[in-house]
Amino acid sequence: MEPLLEVEDLHVSFKTYAGTVKAVQGVNFAIREGETLGIVGESGCGKSATAKAIMKLLPSPPAQYERGLIRFQGKDVLKASEKEMQSIRGKQISMIFQDPMTSLNPTSKIGKQIMEAIVKHENISMKEARQRALRMLELVGIPQPEKRIDQYPHEYSGGMRQRAMIAIALACRPKLLIADEPTTALDVTIQAQMLELMKSIQEKMGTAIILITHDLGVVAEMCDRVAVMYAGQVVETGRVKPLFKHPQHPYTRGLLKSVPRLDANRKAPLQPIVGSPPDLFEPPQGCAFYPRCSYAMRICKDYAPKLEKTREGQYASCWLHHPLADKTKWLKEGMAVDR
Amino acid sequence: MIVRLEGKPIRVRGERLEKEEQTPLLRIKNLTKHFTVGKQKLKAVEGLTFDIYPGETLGLVGESGCGKSTAGRTMIRLLEPTKGEVHYNGIQLFSLSGREMMKIRREIQMIFQDPYASLNPRMTVEEIIGEPFAIHGTLRGKKKRERIKELLGLVGLQPEHMSRFPHEFSGGQRQRIGIARALALEPKFIVCDEPISALDVSIQAQVVNLLKELQQKMGLTYLFIAHDLSMVKYISDRVLVMYLGHMVELTDSANLYDNPLHPYTKALLSAVPIPEPEVKRERIILKGDVPSPINPPSGCVFRTRCPEAMDICAQVKPAWQEVMPNHFTACHLYRQGDV
Repeated sequence: MEPLLEVEDLHVSFKTYAGTVKAVQGVNFAIREGETLGIVGESGCGKSATAKAIMKLLPSPPAQYERGLIRFQGKDVLKASEKEMQSIRGKQISMIFQDPMTSLNPTSKIGKQIMEAIVKHENISMKEARQRALRMLELVGIPQPEKRIDQYPHEYSGGMRQRAMIAIALACRPKLLIADEPTTALDVTIQAQMLELMKSIQEKMGTAIILITHDLGVVAEMCDRVAVMYAGQVVETGRVKPLFKHPQHPYTRGLLKSVPRLDANRKAPLQPIVGSPPDLFEPPQGCAFYPRCSYAMRICKDYAPKLEKTREGQYASCWLHHPLADKTKWLKEGMAVDR
Repeated sequence: MIVRLEGKPIRVRGERLEKEEQTPLLRIKNLTKHFTVGKQKLKAVEGLTFDIYPGETLGLVGESGCGKSTAGRTMIRLLEPTKGEVHYNGIQLFSLSGREMMKIRREIQMIFQDPYASLNPRMTVEEIIGEPFAIHGTLRGKKKRERIKELLGLVGLQPEHMSRFPHEFSGGQRQRIGIARALALEPKFIVCDEPISALDVSIQAQVVNLLKELQQKMGLTYLFIAHDLSMVKYISDRVLVMYLGHMVELTDSANLYDNPLHPYTKALLSAVPIPEPEVKRERIILKGDVPSPINPPSGCVFRTRCPEAMDICAQVKPAWQEVMPNHFTACHLYRQGDV
């Protein structure tokens, strides 16, 4: 089946006074219809820049799309004109952001903000649009929609604002929803509500979701496949279950080992990843993870590995999987996480 | 962990048994803090009563707005209490004069959530860490510099960092500076107010390991405030759960996670996403949002969202009781000794 969206070798940089930041340096992934893809990584690893690049939401300058291809339903997004983009945004691809308070318009009623999205893309009357907006509010589980539709964002609680954001994003039944850290600002019990809502909406509408997060737990619960990003690159990608069980990249393994687990024995000490992520003004020449990697070899310093298939349905960019690499330590330490 | 034998509590830490009855380092009695908002009272903290034992880490968890930070701040008199007592080593903190309190403050310190906002951007690291010495007039000149170097080493920073400013450091490093400042006067008790929630996953583990290591080295007692339940389980000996200013449940950490009693604790634990895609769990999804602390519900404050609410819950506030040995909760579902 043809993927809904394909991203190939995407490079995005930002020109700043201090120099050029190479925020995205070769990102590859694809997502099929109705699928949920997780993008995980730490702050500054380029996950939001990638997401915004798909929507062409990065202002240029300072952003520059240096190389690569973003194909949505067979169409090259990077070559599309601004007018074409406007007909894609909100209609075909929608996005929800981390902080609902700064992404909703505080001076406009929630109902109006939903109707705006509908009227922009569809030729229907305001009355019909209002009916649709009411149905959307109901769908995302906002109580008393007739009353709530005429309220302003400040009258909503945090969880309800995020629901309203989802209602706006899904008003035109897009094929793809990009959710950029949608639950990070929320409490766990509200987060659980949101995740449940996103799942049920996906079932009803068949929307594909790209879920950007730093929480491995959220990925494990929501996603079919996952792409792990580090310093602007996808270092590992594959189906969620095998990838969590047998991570193929030392960074993925490190991430999984550094989070304490509710289901684990408390005595096992946490194994943090030493050091901190590289400076993206001058990214390392070889593998970006090399300075923090406990399995690093001589080659890693000078030559960057390529994303290659390491197991069925799993791809990683690491020299350890080269046939000539010494894998003793890697295999010995295995994923001996306390399970 | 605490076990009771013949009515006397015996604390078990790791494998070690401490036979004699321990006197708590802090005894908190009926701690209450109300804020005045316009003409109304915001009941942030309502009647907290618990002990903190020397050398332990007491985790304090709850969702945003539940009063956990206010409780931490009021306990050490960064906020003046509305009601209640805090006995530190037998001294009632709230009856002390400013000068007497100042002396005690050497032993009580705090680590803040936001490593960006809690360090003065116009001070060098040396000035930041040296400030406690200046305020309390303990060390000067060369001795002070030596001690600052020592402190930097203790938290894993280099002596040459002394002359730098906060903006030159990453989030994790800044948090280390905050920790060094808290340790400067060799405190006994530290309130850690969400010290890791602003940090990236791989960095969180570094800071938590550092806190644990320092605790062992220096015999520190922590109140660890957080909303990340898996991290709290990992670091705490005992955990206190709060909801809307009230104590909900208190027991040792393994027990809380294996055998939660209060419906709120159960829901909270089930809402935490676990990085284990193969495990399917029963989720308890709470309806709605946390009510306003200005107008809290009658009776049990959790009843509006409680899946097991009964008639009595609206009328009578549940008593705080020891339902099982060293397992306290406030819920009408449990009567003393009846589980």
